[in-house]
Order: sequence, then structure tokens, then C-alpha cells
Amino acid sequence: MMNWQVILPLIFFLVIIFLIGIWANKHVMQSNSFLQEYFLGGRQMGGFLLAMTMMATYGSASSFIGGPGVAYNTGLGWVLLSMAQLPAGYYVLMVLGKKFAIIARKYKAITLIDFLHERYKSNFVVIVSALSIIIFLFASMAAQWIGGARLIESLTGLNYTSALFIFAIVVLVYVIIGGFRAVALTDAVQGTVMFLGSVILLVGTIIAGGGVSNIMSDLVAENPKLVSPFGADGSLTPLYVSTFWILIGIGVIGLPQIAVRAMSYKNSRSMHSAIIIGTIAIGTVMFGMHLTGVLARPVLPGIDIGDKVMPLLTLKVLPPYLAGIVLAAPMAAIMSTVNALLMLVSSTIVKDIYLNYIKPKANDHEVKRLSFLVTALIGLAVIIIALKPPSLLVWLNLFSFGGLESVFVWPVVLGLYWKKGNKYGAASSMIVGLVSYIFIYEKWGTTFLGMHTVTTSILLSLVSYVVVSLLSSSKFKDVKHII
Amino acid sequence: MNDKRYKVAHREALIGIALVVVNFAIWFGFAYGLGSGNPKEYTYVFGFPAWFFYSCIAGTIFMIVLLMVIIKFFFKDVPIEEEDGDDQ
Repeated sequence: MMNWQVILPLIFFLVIIFLIGIWANKHVMQSNSFLQEYFLGGRQMGGFLLAMTMMATYGSASSFIGGPGVAYNTGLGWVLLSMAQLPAGYYVLMVLGKKFAIIARKYKAITLIDFLHERYKSNFVVIVSALSIIIFLFASMAAQWIGGARLIESLTGLNYTSALFIFAIVVLVYVIIGGFRAVALTDAVQGTVMFLGSVILLVGTIIAGGGVSNIMSDLVAENPKLVSPFGADGSLTPLYVSTFWILIGIGVIGLPQIAVRAMSYKNSRSMHSAIIIGTIAIGTVMFGMHLTGVLARPVLPGIDIGDKVMPLLTLKVLPPYLAGIVLAAPMAAIMSTVNALLMLVSSTIVKDIYLNYIKPKANDHEVKRLSFLVTALIGLAVIIIALKPPSLLVWLNLFSFGGLESVFVWPVVLGLYWKKGNKYGAASSMIVGLVSYIFIYEKWGTTFLGMHTVTTSILLSLVSYVVVSLLSSSKFKDVKHII
Repeated sequence: MNDKRYKVAHREALIGIALVVVNFAIWFGFAYGLGSGNPKEYTYVFGFPAWFFYSCIAGTIFMIVLLMVIIKFFFKDVPIEEEDGDDQ
């Protein structure tokens, strides 16, 4: 099934992404501070770029493929749940905010772990942070990678392995040569494609279904619960859905790939406009894609595999040239998440592990070579994992989400705002957060005491941060903080 | 050390928390306040069930307008580089 009208816009999109990578490589080669340029784009992001890279990093395969598939089977209740993501647009930038940007500059921090390192002066905190980033984000990257390959597979008819290699090579080339600047710039293109794609598909679906009223009465005729906030089988309780405000809303502040962006903008005016642009973009994309998933039900009934809803719907309701643009959107979502994760895992290994512990005196040339090499090797490792993929994309993704949030949210937030917070508090909260999340998740799955599992872990890690910091505060009486 | 820019930053962080509380209240109030009855007896606004329209559509638009107003009137432009400028 080679549909060239669909494939050409996709190829055009990939070529643009490539060219941006090559252009960004010039900056990398000419910069006199390689690390700051490669891993942070020289802290030069303006408002639009910051908003788009936040949105594109956050919006992933699950927003475009997995999420609409679940919405298709669950109904409007899942759109309601997805709107818990709106705060991710403003809350992260407001709460980390200027304080984080100012302190990151005072500490000369390039990674989130640099900040934790300077704030807590603890090797233990650094190593636990580095390991959680590497393990969780590797898993999450693999899930995204698989999503990307499946998408190419279903669009072009290529087999999974070739699709995987095409996807991987495109992403790897521009990330390796261009660094963070290429990631941010391609995110702006990808974010724009995501925004337009979700709007076009929503409009197309409403037209194909004969208007909103018509679609709603079809849904009510099939199962009235599809238009209720409680889901098709009534299982979405208010408490459970509300706790998603922690997982996909305010807890996002603890995701290192998001937090690092909050220290890479140029000035406070860029941050102000990013808050507005980012919230509009996240709101539109999440609302549009999930609502589209629900509306697709009467338009395209009887799809068993949730992940297939979005691609099949696009091909059905849109003319081919528009379908090409819309199908570039999930591709963009996946790439923009993968590139951020790849950059982050690579910076963790190069900056936080190698330069901290293995060879602190490495010269610029060595660091440069190592950065390219490490980024490439991680990319290859992900490909190998993705060759034998596990299923359930959404949950794999949410697992790493919750795990990272439980580890990082309090050491970052309280580290910024609470002088009494210290390394013992941070270390204990990371361990408690991580262990409790994995333990509860393994034993009870995603629902514990009627709430999403992440809720309990985040509460437990808060308690241990505060209690342990207070108990050990006598040891830190003479410490002078710049926070 | 007491950096006077922190005062601005702290106030803005608190505004962020307040906004989430408002956002959550609108979202929760309309969704479960209007949506808890029998789905067959829902009222509809612009084709959508009323709970959904007010919670997810009107609520989101309201939040975006509120954000614009708050940023314009309450967020301050402060330098984020080193204050004394003697680094490097």
C-alpha cells in the first residue's frame, strides 16, 4: 500500500528536519563552550521556541496514537482526564520559574543533575538521579521508538525492522550532529505540525461524522456512558481521574526532560510568552486528539486495536495530501520526545557521570568526541531493544513518567524554595519515591486506594524529604545557601 | 544571600499554584456537578453534553484568558543573568 500522496509530505517533513540538524551543527562546531551549546543550546531560547519545545517534548506517541485509542474505547471521560494536562503548559514554568533560571546560572548548571549536585553536594543524590534518568528514560525512549516504527510500518507498508531503521537514522543524525539547538529548532517545526495536524483531523472527523450533535446521538445510541465523565464501563471515578492531575499535570515538574528546558531560556520575557503559547498549544493538541478519538467511534466503528484508530481515521476522513500532513503529526510528536530523551540520557552520561567521576579534566576536544559517540551508542542500543518490542505503549510510557516524578519532584522543588532541605532529605525522598512507586505498581498496578499509583509515592517522598531534612537539620546549621 | 529577584520569583510561583487550584475547581465542578446524572437526560451546548462543554471547552478558554491577564499585570520582567555581570 504505497500511497505517494500521503508519503510525499512525510518525506518533505523529514528533509526539513534534516536541514535544521545540519544548520545547528555549525553552531556546535563554532561555539567556544561546547557543553553549554550542545546540551543547552547556549541558553538562547525565545518564547515561541521554549513553548514549542516544552509542548513537543511533553506530547508523545501516547498523545497522538495511544491516547486517542483509549478515548475511542472509553468516551468523553477520557477527554476529561486528558485535560488534566493543561497545567503542564503554565505550572512548570511558573513554579520552577525565574528562581530555577537564576539559580541554574549562578550554579553554572547545564543539566538538572548539575543543579542537584550543587544544591545538595551529595554524590549519592547525583548517582541515584543519573541512574533513574538512564533507566526510566531509556525505557520510555524505547516505547516511543517502537511507536515511531509501527507508525511508519502502517503508513508505508514497509516491515517493522526497516521502518525502525528509517525512523532511528533520521532522529539520530540530527540529534547527534546538532545537539540541543537542533532539538529545540526541530521541536518548533514538529510542535507546529502537531498543532495543525490535531486541528485538521478534529475538523475533518466532525465533518465526516455529520456534525457534533449527530456524532453525540450516535454515541448515546450505542452506549450512553460514552458521553458521561465516568467512561464506557463506568470505571473512571472522580478520585481516580483527579489524581491524573498529579501524574500528567503538576507532577510533570519532576520530569528532567521538562525541567531542563526551564533553565534554557534567554530572558524572563521569553518565559512569559512561552507560558501563554505553551498552554494554548498543549490545550489544543491534547483536547483535539483525545476528542477526535471519541468522535471517531461512530465514523469508523469496530476497530479492535486502539493504536490503529488515529492512522486509519486520518486515511478515511481526509484527502490524501492533508492526510500526509496530519500523519506527520504523530511522527513529529514521537521524534520530538525521543530527541529530548536522547539528549538528556547522553548529557547524563557525559556531563554527570564521566566529567564528575571518571575524568573531570577532559579537554573540550575529548568532550566533544565523547558526546557524539555516547549519543550515537545510546541510539543504537535503543534500536536493538526496539527490535523485540513489548506491547502496551501508553502504560510503559506512564510507568517511566510516574517513576521519574516520584524521584525528582521534591528534591527539585523544595531544593529551590526550602532552605532547610538537605542532602539526607533529598536522598531519602528519591529512594522512598522510587521504591514505593515500583513496589505499589508491581503489586497493585496503576490504581492504588482508588487513586493513580503515583499519588501515594509522591506523598511518601514528600513526607520523607521533610521529616529527614528536619531531623538532620542540626548538621547543616552553618551552611550558607544562595537559594 | 538575599537576592531581591527571589521575591518576584516566589510570588510568581505562588500565583502558579493558585492558578492550578482554580483550574482544577472549574474542571472538577462542571464535570461532576453537571455530568453525574443519567447520560440520557443530559442537556447539550453546541452539540456537546453541558458538563463537557463547560468543563473542558469553556473552562480551558477561560484559563487561557486568565493566564494572559495575570501575566500582563502581575509578572515582572527581571534579569536572569548574573546581577553584577562580572562573570567571564
